[in-house]
Amino acid sequence: MELLKERQDQIHRTGEEPFALVCNKDSLAGAVSQRACVFCGSRVVLYPIADALHLVHGPIGCAVYTWDIRGALSSGPELHRLSFSTDLQELDVIFGGEKKLTAALLELIERHKPKAAFVYATCIVGIIGDDMEAVCRAVEKETGIPVIPVQSEGFKGNKRAGYTAACNAMGRLIGTGYTADISPYSINILGDFNLAGEIWMIREYFQRMGVEVVANVTGDGRVADIKRAHGAALNVVQCSGSTMDLANLMEKEYGVPSIRVSYFGVEDMAQALYDVAAHFDDPAIMDKAKELVAEELQILLPKLEFYKKGLAGKKAAIYVGGSFKAFSLVKAFRLLDMEVVMVGSQTGTEEEYRELAEITDPGTIIVDDTNPLELTSFLEEKEVDIFVGGVKERPIAYKLGVGFCDHNHERKEALAGFSGMLNFAEEVYRSVMSPVWRFT
Amino acid sequence: MSKNPPKNYISTTNACKLCTPLGASLAFKGIEGAVPYLHGSQGCATYMRRYIISHFNEPIDIASSSLSEKHAVYGGGPNLKLGLQNVTRKYQPKLIGIATTCLTETIGDDVPGLLKEYEKEFPGVKPLLVPVSTPSYNGTHMEGFHDAVASTVNALAKAECKATHGVNILPGLVSPADIRYIKEITTDFGLPATILPDISDTMDGPVTKTYEKIPAGGTPLADIETMPANKASIEYGHTMSDQSGGRILQEQFEVKNYRQAMPMGIVATDLFLATLTEIGGTSIPEKYRAERGRLVDSYVDGHKYISGKTAIIYGEEDLVVGLSAFLAEIGVIPILCASGGKSGKFAGEIEKATGDILASQPQVFEGMDFFDIEKLCEELQPDLIIGHSKGAPLARKLNIPIIRVGFPIHDRLGGQRILHLGYRGAQYLFDLVVNAVIAKKQDDSPVGYSYM
Ligand code: SF4
Ligand code: SF4
Repeated sequence: MELLKERQDQIHRTGEEPFALVCNKDSLAGAVSQRACVFCGSRVVLYPIADALHLVHGPIGCAVYTWDIRGALSSGPELHRLSFSTDLQELDVIFGGEKKLTAALLELIERHKPKAAFVYATCIVGIIGDDMEAVCRAVEKETGIPVIPVQSEGFKGNKRAGYTAACNAMGRLIGTGYTADISPYSINILGDFNLAGEIWMIREYFQRMGVEVVANVTGDGRVADIKRAHGAALNVVQCSGSTMDLANLMEKEYGVPSIRVSYFGVEDMAQALYDVAAHFDDPAIMDKAKELVAEELQILLPKLEFYKKGLAGKKAAIYVGGSFKAFSLVKAFRLLDMEVVMVGSQTGTEEEYRELAEITDPGTIIVDDTNPLELTSFLEEKEVDIFVGGVKERPIAYKLGVGFCDHNHERKEALAGFSGMLNFAEEVYRSVMSPVWRFT
Repeated sequence: MSKNPPKNYISTTNACKLCTPLGASLAFKGIEGAVPYLHGSQGCATYMRRYIISHFNEPIDIASSSLSEKHAVYGGGPNLKLGLQNVTRKYQPKLIGIATTCLTETIGDDVPGLLKEYEKEFPGVKPLLVPVSTPSYNGTHMEGFHDAVASTVNALAKAECKATHGVNILPGLVSPADIRYIKEITTDFGLPATILPDISDTMDGPVTKTYEKIPAGGTPLADIETMPANKASIEYGHTMSDQSGGRILQEQFEVKNYRQAMPMGIVATDLFLATLTEIGGTSIPEKYRAERGRLVDSYVDGHKYISGKTAIIYGEEDLVVGLSAFLAEIGVIPILCASGGKSGKFAGEIEKATGDILASQPQVFEGMDFFDIEKLCEELQPDLIIGHSKGAPLARKLNIPIIRVGFPIHDRLGGQRILHLGYRGAQYLFDLVVNAVIAKKQDDSPVGYSYM
């Protein structure tokens, strides 16, 4: 397939040329990028905070397309599952939306009694120039809850900029809660969004090790926990793209160090627990971590055998939001004796792609911010058996007669942790081994 | 219309409408060789693709100008032109349907002007460029849909085409299954039809083993050009603006336009088929008399289970009008008709569609969201909820059966195959309604009946 010239430097083939890949550049006009916008990035990160009000300031679309789109579960309040909008109309656009925003905030805070409110700026708000800071300050004063503007105008960069805006917003909550009763062996979990209940599983692992979890950022998140997150001894950051900024901010302002982990795949999950234990430098914690891993593996590995037998040698392609997750997926497929032939992400960094190039087999395609036509040509060229991606990628795979595993925000299966690895194997198996491909 | 109008809230919660360019994109998807293109920032296009994919389970490529901050300040013209070139090169489309977004409307990009410049700057063979203005702070996806159709007619229909003997059908937003059925009907009536738009293949295609850049199907461009030569147009719906495709054909080319309610249920379908016979000068084929007969037979078989049951209906105004007529004629009483749209014509159309059957009119409200609907629903305690899948959380909360129709269906498979129109659609919906009531009774009962 002929590639758009401007796209060539965002694609790399492992081993066939020295590593070079351009990323974090604006999507090309007319290329049908799979990317979303700044607002999407912010919304994705903050949305699982279940007792906060999430008000989208803008015309209706931006809010309605994000209504309950993710599988981020809550053990309590479910305010995050509602879609609130100021639904700007023509007159608001002409005369400014500040009055409407104030009134909407007061109305919704009165109605739902949230613990905090996040107000998301959309493109149009950036243009009409509403002073969201001032509105939020005034409403905060009147209602007594934190009201925080999120500077997420869609056009001001890509999803990554949205992560930063979200982290800045959370930064305003952190440092305002009571911390004296927090254990010295304590962590915050950053970058897990409790899709299909994953954070509950991870929290349980840490509890078994004797480590206290102060705040979930943000899966099953609560405003009060985030306010006291600075009292934790360590930030454990997953999916580095989305919450790394917050970890950096907390390190700078409160001296909380951070480590990067991944909970996908057996190796990375175990490593995450060991890294946390090692940080606390307490043999008891490390012993418990080892015990836990041993126990879980004893349950898991025999069960994986069945799937490995069917899947060995099958080819996988990966296209996910952040490239950090891609690492774990590459390893997870290896554990199943499968071959990864393409890896890509919407928002990876050059460093991450370089590392990917190092750990993948020769010939593997590495790609940044791709589009349906490119994806198709890669899937065809590599004769892929299963494609891992999000909803937008699913019909592409299916049209080509390729299996699919949803590894995005909408998934209903927990894929993290040890039992998540089993779910992952099962899901891949269910798709790859289905008899329906005979007819395609 | 309203008995207790809901309090006028300032905020919108769980909207019962979508934004304008989404409707335009769907309409353009029903045109042969067309690629929808949004002049705006990247996010809008990606979100809409995601939203549409989750219903149809089909790929949908919507291109975008991908405007960033500097374009927002200096104008999106250069990116629009670059985007059009790239789409042309990669997709080789026959037509690019260019919808604006809130952003480009607000910064004041003059798209028709920019397209003129583009034509000059890049001479040579190019796809047809059809712009439509779709700011979302003004209207819903239905306005976007109808306006895209109108713009297409405006751009393509030609005065000097030979008279044909066919009919134009402008169905609005209906399912691929509906369109396939309309085709079957018009073919059986011996009346060649130009259906605009036609998403029956493009949004419900077979497995291809390769990715078709632009899936086959859609209304052929040549047929759109000759729409003025057809005998008449039938346009479903009464709530769209006066500047609709059918009206344009009538005003500019004197093609008689029949505006009718969506043919849902017996009464509305009778009218549709009668209109076809009037236009074509033929009689109703036996097949449809038989379909109607079986439908009436089933109405009789099932009437007692549903007679007097109450329902709330929500969604696009014209769809709700159609559903109200259908429900009224089977003995289910609509008690609330709600839409996020604001045509100003909603209550009047409901009255026209149901007035001769219903003893009293339902509450009918425009500009509703699901917060309002839920409040009224709690108060009204209906037996059934009918609409797209966004009412499912509400139905679950209140433990009321929901019948999924229209767009979007995000929590079930096969939204694109739901048949709403004609006798066959009524048959399908009727069985659904009756069985939903029976299932509810069965589920709630300690007995667990083995017979109805
Ligand atoms: S900005 Fe307008 S066009 Fe874009 S998603 Fe929001 S409402 Fe729709
Ligand atoms: S208008 Fe802006 S913020 Fe809203 S979806 Fe579009 S790109 Fe994102």
